[in-house]
Amino acid sequence: MGENTVKVKIKKKSQAGDIWRRFLKNKTAVFGLIVFSLIMLVVLLADVIVSYDSALTQNIMDRLQAPGAAHWFGTDNFGRDIFARIVHGSRNSLLVGIGAVAIGITVGGLLGSVAGFYGGKIDSVIGRIMDTIMSIPLMLLVLSLVTALGNSLINVLLAMMIANIPQYVRIVRAAILSVVGQDYIEAARACGTSNLKIIVKHVIPNAIGPIIVQATMAVGTMILNAAGISFLGMGIQPPTPEWGAMLNEGKQFMTMYPYIVVFPGIAIGLTALALNLMGDGLRDALDPKLKD
Amino acid sequence: MSKYILKRLLTLIPTLLAVIFIVYFIMDLTPGDPGTLILGERASQEEIDAKNEELGYNKPLPVRYVNYVADLVHGDMGNSWKSGRPVMGEIIARLPVTVTLAVGAILIGTVIGILVGILSAVKQYSFLDFSATAIAMALASFPGFWIGMMLILLFSLYLGWLPSFGGGDLKHYILPWITTACPFLASQMRMTRTSMLEVIRMDYIRTARAKGQRESKIIMQHALRNALLPVVTILGINFGGLLGGTVTIETVFTLPGVGSLIIEAIRTKDVPIVTGATVMLASFFAILMLIVDVLYAYIDPRIKSRYERK
Repeated sequence: MGENTVKVKIKKKSQAGDIWRRFLKNKTAVFGLIVFSLIMLVVLLADVIVSYDSALTQNIMDRLQAPGAAHWFGTDNFGRDIFARIVHGSRNSLLVGIGAVAIGITVGGLLGSVAGFYGGKIDSVIGRIMDTIMSIPLMLLVLSLVTALGNSLINVLLAMMIANIPQYVRIVRAAILSVVGQDYIEAARACGTSNLKIIVKHVIPNAIGPIIVQATMAVGTMILNAAGISFLGMGIQPPTPEWGAMLNEGKQFMTMYPYIVVFPGIAIGLTALALNLMGDGLRDALDPKLKD
Repeated sequence: MSKYILKRLLTLIPTLLAVIFIVYFIMDLTPGDPGTLILGERASQEEIDAKNEELGYNKPLPVRYVNYVADLVHGDMGNSWKSGRPVMGEIIARLPVTVTLAVGAILIGTVIGILVGILSAVKQYSFLDFSATAIAMALASFPGFWIGMMLILLFSLYLGWLPSFGGGDLKHYILPWITTACPFLASQMRMTRTSMLEVIRMDYIRTARAKGQRESKIIMQHALRNALLPVVTILGINFGGLLGGTVTIETVFTLPGVGSLIIEAIRTKDVPIVTGATVMLASFFAILMLIVDVLYAYIDPRIKSRYERK
C-alpha cells in the first residue's frame, strides 16, 4: 500500500500573501512602489539630506543660479537652494495629502458605512447632505474654506478634507453595499451575530480592498489640489517651502529661468504618478478578474 | 420622460437653497468685513460702518440669507460689493472665456480620448496600448497648470509658434485648450478602454463575429454603443467640473474667466459674486447631470423604460 499513497501537502496561503505576489508581478506597480518609497525616504531623512536652513537662507549673491555642482537644481530669486526647498517641501505636500485622506476616510468612512449598512432613512439623509456639498464646485468650496479658516498648512488640510468627505462617503458606501448583500452576511445574521461583530469581522475585511485602492489614488489627487491652492497664492504661505507655492513664486521668472518651475512640477507629478501606479497595481492585485 | 425631467428639476430647488446657505455660512466665517475690504485700511470707521450698512452686512446671517433668497426668486442676484455692478452681468461677461475654454478642451479630450481608448482596447497589450496607458497616467498625474507652463516654455518661448497669454482670437486658446484637455483626455481614454474591454468579451460580440460581420462594424456599432454609458458620464462630470475648475489654468494663461472672477471675489469677500457664481455653477452642473441621464435613455432603451415607469 505504501507506494500508492501520495502525500498531499496543503500549504495554506494567506490572502494577503496572494495579493502581494500578484502586486509584485506588475512591473509598473512595483515601479510606483519604489518611487513612492524613495519619496517617503526623502520625507523622513530631509534633515539628513540637506539642512532646513539652506531651504530658507536667502543669499542675494547667489540668486537665480542655473543648476550646477553647487546647487543641483539651481537657486531661486532669493538665492535659496531649489533642491533643498524641494526636499523639505516634500514634508508639507505629503503631510497635506496623506493627512487629508486619512482623516477624510475615517470621517467619511464612518458616515458611509452607517449609510451602507443600515440603508433606509439614514442612508437617504446622509446621501442628500453629501449630494448638496458635492454640487458646490470643489475648488470654490476649498478656496472659500481656506479663506474662512485662514492660510496655514493645517487649514488647507482641513479644507480639503471637508470638501472631499462626500467622495469618501460614496466610495465607502458603495464598498459596504457590495458586501452587505452577500449570502455570508445573511448567514451571520441568521446565526444571531451582533451588528457590530458583523461589521468588524465580516463587512470591513471584505470591503476594505477597493477603499484602500481609492485612498491611495486620492492622496495623489489631494497633493495636486494642494499644489493648485498654493499656486493661487492661498494656503501655505512663503517662505515655507511647498511645491505649489514654489511654482507660484517662480511663475514670474519662468521665461528667463525655466528651471525654477521645472523641478517643483516634476516633484509633484512624480509623487502623484507613483501613487496612481501603486493604486492601479493594487486594484489589479485585489481583483484578478478585472485584469483579463 | 417629461415627468421624470420635471421631477429632477424640482429637486434642484432644495439643493440650491442648501448650497446658498453653506456658501453664506462659510463666507461669514471669513475674517474682515466688506466695508474695510472695499474702502481700504485708511478709511475712517464711520465710512466703513456706512458702507457695511449700505451693503446690508450688519444684519444677522439668517436675515441676509432670507433676503438673498427672496431677491433670487425675483431673478435678482444683487450687485457686486466691489464693483457695484449686477452680479449676473459680471458673471455673464466672464462666461464666454470659460465656455470657450471648456468646450474646446472637452472636444479635444473626448475625440482623442475615445479614439485612443478604442484602439487601446482593440489592440490590448500592444505597444500602442502600453504607451497610451502610460501617457494617460502621466497626464493625469502632473498638475494641469504646470503642464501649461511647460507648453508655454516650449511653444511660445523656444519655438515662438503660439501666444502665451491673454484672450483674443482662437490662437490664444490653443495652449489653454490642450492644457485643460490633458487630465480629461486621460480619464476619458481610460474609461473608454476599460468599458470597451468589458463589452468586447460579451456573447453578442461573439455572435456578431460568428455571423461574419465586418470587424470595423462590430467595434463601431455593436461594441461602442454599449460601451458608451460610462463614457458619457465622465463627459458630463468633467464638463461640469471645467466650468468652475479652470481657475489655475486661467491664472497661468491670464485668461479672464469665471474661475478668476470667483477667486478675486473670495479674496475680497465679495459675497454676492461668490454666491451668485456658486448658484449658477451648481445649477449648470445639476442640469448637465440631468442631460447625461436623459442621454442614457437614448443610448440604452432599457433605461428609458425605467424612467417612464417612475
